[in-house]
Amino acid sequence: MSDVVMAEIRKDYLYHLVLKGERADGRSFDEYREIILETGPVRKADGSALVKLGNTQVMVGVKIQPGEPFSDTPNKGVIITNAELVPLASPNFEPGPPNEVGIELARVVDRGVRESGAIDLEALCITPGEKVWIVFIDVHVLDDCGNLMDASSLGAIAALMTAKVPAAQYGLGEDYPLPVKDVPVATTAVEFGDAIIFDPDTDEESVADTKLTVITTADGSVCGMQKSGPGFISQDHIYRIVDIACERAKEIREKFLEV
Amino acid sequence: MIGMDEKLSFFKNGLRLDGRRPDELRPIKIEVGVLARADGSCYMEMGDNKVIAAVYGPREVHPRHLQEATRAIVRYRYNMASFSVEERKRPGPDRRSNEVSKVSREALEPVILTSYFPKSVVDVFVEVLQADAGTRTAGINAASVALADAGIPMKSLISSCAAGKVDGEIVLDPMKLEDNFGEADVPIAMTPNGDITLLQMDGRLTQEEFRRALELARTGCQQIYEIQRKVLVDRYGHVEEEEICEEPSAVAEEEI
Repeated sequence: MSDVVMAEIRKDYLYHLVLKGERADGRSFDEYREIILETGPVRKADGSALVKLGNTQVMVGVKIQPGEPFSDTPNKGVIITNAELVPLASPNFEPGPPNEVGIELARVVDRGVRESGAIDLEALCITPGEKVWIVFIDVHVLDDCGNLMDASSLGAIAALMTAKVPAAQYGLGEDYPLPVKDVPVATTAVEFGDAIIFDPDTDEESVADTKLTVITTADGSVCGMQKSGPGFISQDHIYRIVDIACERAKEIREKFLEV
Repeated sequence: MIGMDEKLSFFKNGLRLDGRRPDELRPIKIEVGVLARADGSCYMEMGDNKVIAAVYGPREVHPRHLQEATRAIVRYRYNMASFSVEERKRPGPDRRSNEVSKVSREALEPVILTSYFPKSVVDVFVEVLQADAGTRTAGINAASVALADAGIPMKSLISSCAAGKVDGEIVLDPMKLEDNFGEADVPIAMTPNGDITLLQMDGRLTQEEFRRALELARTGCQQIYEIQRKVLVDRYGHVEEEEICEEPSAVAEEEI
C-alpha cells in the first residue's frame, strides 16, 4: 500500500508465514502490538495524547478556540481534524501539503469522532449563530511502523477525553472538561489471501492489497468504515473483520479509555 | 432549508419522499462514448446526480518518476463543478474530493489489467455536474463504463451504490435529503460476482443493520451492473465490420 519498495523475497516470506498461521513478529493474526498511551504530554495543548502501538508513535494535540459556527449548524461547535505525515516519521514521507494518504487518515479519524457523536457539539455553543467552540484535532505522526489509523484514532479520542475547554482564557467563565459522550475505537485489518491480519505493521501493509478500518462505539455499533488499498474483499471477510474489530475495540476501550 | 430539529417523516404509506420503495434505486441513465477527444467516456445520471467520466490512455506517464516498470499506474480525479451543489463550491480539489479520488481509484484498480501496459498510465477523470448524494458511486459506475469504452482490458466491470438508514429503516441509494438527515450511509462498489472493492461507512449502525445495509447495497450494484452491461452490449455488441478494425477490444466481458 505504501510506496515502500519491498523485495519480492520478503513478500514471499510474509505470505509463506501466513500460510503457516504465523506472522514475522510472532503475533497471532488478531493480536495487537503493545499499546502504550500517555495523556497530557503537551501542556500547551488543551488536550493531548501520545500513542505507541509497537514502534508506531503518534502524537495528537487538541486545541479549542472560539470561532464562527457553520451557517447550517448555528448552535453547534465545530470539529476540524488534520493529520501531518511529517518527514521525520518515515523515509516515504515528504514535506509539503498533505497527500491523499494524510488526508484519508485525517478524514477517517474525523469520521470516528464525528459520527459516533463523541463530542457533544451543542454544548459547545457560546452564542448561537455567532460564536461557538472550535475543536482542532491535530494528528502528528512521529514514527510510522504501520497502522496509523488505529494509533491516530486512539490518540484523538484519548486527547479529547482529557481536554479542557479554555473558557477562562477568553473571558467566557471557568475552564471545564470537554463534554465527551462516546468512545469510538478504530480497528484495522489487512487481507492476505484468505487470512485476516489485525494491526498490520508497515511490511504487512505494503504487501497486502486490501485494508479495512472499522470504527465502533461503546455500545458495539459501527460508526465508520473505510476500505483502502487496490484490492478486493469478500462479504464474509468484511463480516469477520467487523466481528473481531468489535471485540478488540472493546478490550482497548476497557483498558485505556475507561471514563 | 429544513432545520435539523424539525421532525421530518421520510416515509408515506411505506414509500419514500420521491415515491420509491425502500429497496428501490433512483432512475438510472447511462450513455457511452459521449466525448470525442477522450479514449473512452460515459455520461451517467443516478436520480438527480449527473456525472461525466473520461478515460485517457494507456499513455505515457508525466511526470516520468511516477511510472512503474512492471505495470500501468491508474490515476483518478474526482472533481465537483462549483455549480453542482446548493451553495457554490470553491473550485478545485479539496480534502473530500482527494479522499473520494483515492477510494474510487482503489475501487477500479483491482479489475484493470495494469500489467499489460508497463510504464504507462490510465487516467480517469470524473466531473460531477450536478450532485444529489451518491456522486462517488455514480462516478465509479460511469468510470467503469468509460474504461470499457476506452478498450482498457479489465477482469470485469465495477458497479457501485450506497445503502443508508433513515427513520430507522435501511434504504437503498439515499437521495440528498435522506443522506443529510439520515442516520448512516454505506457506499460500496463490487464486481458482478460480489467481490467488494469499495466500502465506506459513516453514521451509526448496529452490526445487524450493517449486514442488512451491505446486502441491500449489493442488490443495487447487481441491478446497476445489468444496466451498464446492456449499454455496452447495445453500443458494441453488433459492431460494423469497418469499426472492428478501428476499435479492437471494446467489448466488456463479465468473466474473470
